[in-house]
Amino acid sequence: MKRRKFDVAALPAKAGGEIDDRLQVSAPLRRLFNKVFPDHWSFLLGEIALYSFIVLLLTGTFLTLWFDPSMEEVHYNGPYTPLNGIEMSRAYESSLQLSFEVRGGLIMRQMHHWAALLFMASIVVHMLRVFFTGAFRKPRELNWVIGVLLFWLGFVEGFAGYSLPDDALSGTGLRIAHAIMLSIPVVGTWVATSLFGGEFPGTVILGRLYIAHVLLVPAILLGLIAAHMGLLVKQKHTQWPGPGRSNDNVVGVRMFPGFAAKGGAFFMVVFGVIALLGGLFQINPVWLFGPYKAAVVSAASQPDWYVMFLDGSTRLMPPWEARFPLWPGHHYTLPPLFWPTVFLPGVLTMLPLFYPFIEARKFKSKQSHHLLQRPRDVPTRTSLGAMALAFYFVLMISGANDVLAEKFHISLNAMTWAGRIGLLLLPPLAYWVTYRICLGLQQHDREVLAHGMETGIIKRLPNGAFVEVHQPLSPVDAHGHPTELPYAGWVVPKKMNRIGALVPTVKGFFFPVEEAAQRTLPAEAPVSPAPSREGIGSGKH
Amino acid sequence: MSTHTDVDFDVKDPSLTRFDLVKEGARRDGVEIVHYAPRFPVPGTRAEKRVERTIAFMLVLSGLLGLGFVVAYIWWPWKYEPGNGLDKLYNPVLGITLGGSLFLLGIAIVTWAKKLLPEEVSIQERHDVADQAERALTGATILNMVDETGIKRRPLLKGALLVGAAPLGVAAAAPLVGGLIKKPDHILFETAWKPADGHKVKLTREDGSAVRPEDVSVGGQMTVYPGVPHGASNEHADSPVLLIHLREKDASELRANLKNVAVNAEDGGAIWGNFVAYSKICTHAGCPASLYEQQTNRLLCPCHQSQFHITDNARPVFGPATRRLPMLPLSVEDGVFVAKSDFRVPIGPGFWERP
Ligand code: HEM
Ligand code: FES
Repeated sequence: MKRRKFDVAALPAKAGGEIDDRLQVSAPLRRLFNKVFPDHWSFLLGEIALYSFIVLLLTGTFLTLWFDPSMEEVHYNGPYTPLNGIEMSRAYESSLQLSFEVRGGLIMRQMHHWAALLFMASIVVHMLRVFFTGAFRKPRELNWVIGVLLFWLGFVEGFAGYSLPDDALSGTGLRIAHAIMLSIPVVGTWVATSLFGGEFPGTVILGRLYIAHVLLVPAILLGLIAAHMGLLVKQKHTQWPGPGRSNDNVVGVRMFPGFAAKGGAFFMVVFGVIALLGGLFQINPVWLFGPYKAAVVSAASQPDWYVMFLDGSTRLMPPWEARFPLWPGHHYTLPPLFWPTVFLPGVLTMLPLFYPFIEARKFKSKQSHHLLQRPRDVPTRTSLGAMALAFYFVLMISGANDVLAEKFHISLNAMTWAGRIGLLLLPPLAYWVTYRICLGLQQHDREVLAHGMETGIIKRLPNGAFVEVHQPLSPVDAHGHPTELPYAGWVVPKKMNRIGALVPTVKGFFFPVEEAAQRTLPAEAPVSPAPSREGIGSGKH
Repeated sequence: MSTHTDVDFDVKDPSLTRFDLVKEGARRDGVEIVHYAPRFPVPGTRAEKRVERTIAFMLVLSGLLGLGFVVAYIWWPWKYEPGNGLDKLYNPVLGITLGGSLFLLGIAIVTWAKKLLPEEVSIQERHDVADQAERALTGATILNMVDETGIKRRPLLKGALLVGAAPLGVAAAAPLVGGLIKKPDHILFETAWKPADGHKVKLTREDGSAVRPEDVSVGGQMTVYPGVPHGASNEHADSPVLLIHLREKDASELRANLKNVAVNAEDGGAIWGNFVAYSKICTHAGCPASLYEQQTNRLLCPCHQSQFHITDNARPVFGPATRRLPMLPLSVEDGVFVAKSDFRVPIGPGFWERP
């Protein structure tokens, strides 16, 4: 037998064959390649969260190589001269060293912090998208529950990270966290003393927060994110209603190459934006804050944005302390801190966790839903969401009420009272206004479907009256009246150029970069018959 | 997926194009490619070339920026030095090169996917109706598992299992609980001001030097720490105190108000002359309440804006705090300030066992 020449071009196919001989992966692999994903900009929000999490893992791992969570007292002696000779913890010193003495350490710290802010922001906006479009309905309740847990874990993870550098802001936040633990009835002092290993701050808390921050919580986050993705693949993505789309299919592009290319590219974009932020915009300059000292705090010390709503709720809470004379001579105390920082977060966890099930009960809905709903079509839910948002924003703004009071020369006490009253009044108002808006939008959709869209053309009738000519969307009946179209749960065109009555705009800046489209060609419907195979799949076997 | 396999399809048939195979593969995966058209039906037009050039340009620029990052990372002066040296630009340069490189790479690939990949609409069926037959078979299998163990018929084993496994469960939790749990004890009720072996604790500055009455001018105040080893460090985070030298008018107002507060009025008075000392640790959540407003005699906590009226014995008059700042009983011995005793109530934030 003659020895065959080594053929490089055939190598991938041959290697693939060898792998398939052993693992039989052809079919599952192809099923993955062929998986169809629907496309809509709002589906990218969750991706931002995923990508910033990856950036957090990468930058965070870099930081661990230098960061030292020790609370041992040292005297600084380094290139940042203003702090020379100052007593500080080793953790704070190592954060300074990361910022000034590690090549690229500062950009890594700043990228890590920016990525954390982006991670939480994208989680929140992604949750809003899922909520307002009803994507959490059966069969996706479990993924909604995982999402809520991801938010709170991200919150805890971020707080732990914020506490690590042991600067003045970290320590202040940690001391408040200690007070929050103390406020829990019956077990509070035990919880706080156990976690801090004695008094505040003690010497163990940073080490414990550190292992939570770099191992325990990331591991749980990773597991939950994996489950989140797994469920997404198993249950397939929801889609907006539209031509050819139904509750029993997914219309979009196959995972490879189109969807995967866009996903990978979007990761690069998110990563790039975080790198730009980390390089250009200073964040958490711990050297300016100084080391944590129990007796020192500066005004306007602000937590990261995702903690601010709890800061706000704490500020608005009236001084209501409950005391329980359980037996003669013994009083027990329930401090007011308990309500805004333990009770409220408890409610804010439980309500969203159970919301999908409560709503399904209320709407008596038992079947699976794969088509998204436009917010206007479910006014009750949309208005509840608006109410929650109003509540959240009042709290968040109150978290910065001292800064606002100073900037706008308002008395701080007035800001606090405005927040207290706003917290009670604005949410119901938001509910009512949103409900009205939803109904109005619905009505306008139905009008256009029944009578056609406004053309802007005014006609004068023989009797002298002026009417606007409407372009019906449907065929007209014998009397020239349009037949009413049913509402399909999707955007109703309301402007003439949305139905091709105007020439599409030509792209370009000063000069056209493309020829104007030929108007004679009929535009192809989004779903058209399969094309002939000439010109595309020409590679014959 | 066996449901989609079609025995009539011969993959070896030479008349089939590759796209026929692609479509058959997709069909077996429950996917129908209903629209598939090249972006540029006529290859090689100027428009297509332009898109290609744009993408190529972005890719090359991305590569250059990436290279720039590596060069800057290695050769740019990065060591921090006081002043406005080039090292201050190190971070921005890294950010622009790395960020720009990644960003452009991303945009290039997106453009590629949007402008060059064939326009496609595919439809995949969902199969999310649970198979009732499968469910029944699996249910039976599970119930049979339970039966096989015979746990229902053998109550002795059921009980023994419980007795055997429960302690093991407790054993698993024991190290965690046992190691971590710490009794709160006295720590929330005592501070470093507690006299040790009959020696009263001096009020000291951060550097450990004692404080004399003449060190604080009328209307002034000073943060003081217990005169014990590491008294000013975080080891005694519960002990910082604000020593205030009140003006005569304010001092008499305070004295008048103190008459109603038994705990601070006893023992010959806890204030010394016109000097008074309050715990700096806010009774709300433990921040240092340290912004003293001279005109109104209010002490403001910057964390949640609780305000304490000093001449009314540090009563909380605004914000979420509910308790007065505890007063440190003052005296002067050998010309320097000392604490007569520890605080008479627990300092700092409230807790369940606090009377
Ligand atoms: C969702 C995930 C994460 C979030 C939200 C987060 C958030 C934060 C924040 C806000 C800081 C303070 C940064 C600063 O110094 O300005 C921080 C510090 C830190 N993080 Fe993370 N992080 C996450 C994941 C990780 C991971 C996975 C690691 C390591 C494997 C890590 C390692 C570190 C280290 C070592 C520090 C201290 C660095 C320093 O302050 O000098 N983080 N983190
Ligand atoms: S800690 Fe002082 S007001 Fe909250």
